[in-house]
Amino acid sequence: MCTQLTCENVSLGYEGNVITKNLNFSINRGDYLCVVGENGSGKSTLIKTLLQLKSPISGKIKFGDGLLQREIGYLPQQTELQKDFPASAMEIVLSGCLSRCGMRPFYNRKEKIIAHNNMKKLGICNLKNKCYRNLSGGQQQRVLLARALCATQKMLLLDEPVTGLDPRASLEMYELVAKMGREDGITIIMVSHDISAAVKYASHILHLGQEQLFFGKKENYLKSDIYRAFMSPSGGYEND
Amino acid sequence: MTDFFETLTFYFSYPFVRYALLVGLLIALCSSLLGVTLVLKRFSFIGDGLSHVAFGALAISGVLGISNEMIVVLPITVVSAILLLMTGQNTKIKGDAAIALISVGALAIGYLLLSTFSSSANISGDVCSTLFGGTSILTLSSVDVWICIIMSILVIGAFLLLYNKIFSVTFDETFACATGTRASVYNLIIAVITAIIIVLAMNLVGSLLISALIICPALSAMRIFGSFRRVIISSAVISLVCAFTGIIIAVLTGAPVGPTIVAANIAVFVISCIVGKICGRKRLI
Repeated sequence: MCTQLTCENVSLGYEGNVITKNLNFSINRGDYLCVVGENGSGKSTLIKTLLQLKSPISGKIKFGDGLLQREIGYLPQQTELQKDFPASAMEIVLSGCLSRCGMRPFYNRKEKIIAHNNMKKLGICNLKNKCYRNLSGGQQQRVLLARALCATQKMLLLDEPVTGLDPRASLEMYELVAKMGREDGITIIMVSHDISAAVKYASHILHLGQEQLFFGKKENYLKSDIYRAFMSPSGGYEND
Repeated sequence: MTDFFETLTFYFSYPFVRYALLVGLLIALCSSLLGVTLVLKRFSFIGDGLSHVAFGALAISGVLGISNEMIVVLPITVVSAILLLMTGQNTKIKGDAAIALISVGALAIGYLLLSTFSSSANISGDVCSTLFGGTSILTLSSVDVWICIIMSILVIGAFLLLYNKIFSVTFDETFACATGTRASVYNLIIAVITAIIIVLAMNLVGSLLISALIICPALSAMRIFGSFRRVIISSAVISLVCAFTGIIIAVLTGAPVGPTIVAANIAVFVISCIVGKICGRKRLI
């Protein structure tokens, strides 16, 4: 097994306030990890830390198997600003190749081909010259996913990828992500509220609370107490 | 009609009118390029705040009796731009409040200094021309013109070379950071370039109207076009056309240059809104 990412005794938080602690988990190539937990359990802080936009309060995050930090493809939640942004789908997808450019000011042919291939893979070639703000929610997510794929072929980090999508588009999105994991061997880390989808598609589950409540294979998670408590109506967790 | 062209030729035989047109067009080009990014990053107000800082700095240099104001105004504005950007990123201090504070503060202190220490006989006239442009564009020295040309080339060059990076940082700063682009560096560059443009544009439209020069062409272009490149190009074209028309009309009719250019920009904005509505954004890309 090739371990791409390991967290050892990691604590997360802001300015000394610990949100969640004792994170110990590792991700191997080709895994599909779903991170679940209540609001405020540190899911988005975990993402920022994995992307090294902030540093952990304590503990270590190790990268292995030739994975560099900047090779994590990131699918962020959409911001208000982007909804009205005048840019064509192609321009956005190409911007995923930016780190390949280094100091070079413009994209070369090779990078344009990479962008094109990724759009083809996600079935959005016909949207190439369309304006981003006129696309549907599902199409916008595909554009951002294609951009993330331009940045990496190794690991994708998805932050609530189906927020604001209708059920059909959500299903398509989940299938697409699962397919990429299966066929291209891309490691997937998905943060999600949608626990039913999480247990349907993921291979591993990380459940966050004040500390790490569960990490392991999905099959074991389904048998665990924490899953039952999370799913039971009296638990009161499932509405977030 | 021949009269019209004769008058125009007559005016353009004077070097100061040619200088004014050249400098005006360069400033319009620079401000429209950066304007798109500033509008999309929700930084419009930073431009406004900085223009007031530049006014305050101008007042200081006037009181100190420094003949070439650029030496004082440019560094002060650049430093303020960097500081404003830092506070804008720090969520603990509300960015917009900081900008409002700095801009009214600079305006008040600038006027206070001028009215207390200035030896000029016509203070309110001086202040008015600094705020609304007045005729300063027509009284540029050749040094001013050269400074403006060099700065414009720097701004345009930097923008072209960093075009893709600016796009990425504008569209999605988090993603850019996460994939190894140093967004804070580019934000800093954007802030410095903005400061330079504002100092240059003070000559053209005066410090109160600079925002219009930066924002209007970008907003007009965004009404109609849906790709970043097209918005940038059309914004530059709109700005150049408006500046050209504004300066010509102002020279011919004796109207103040700055407000005429801004009025032209507003007119184009209204037209773009209508065009955008009629064509519907969906069919245009």
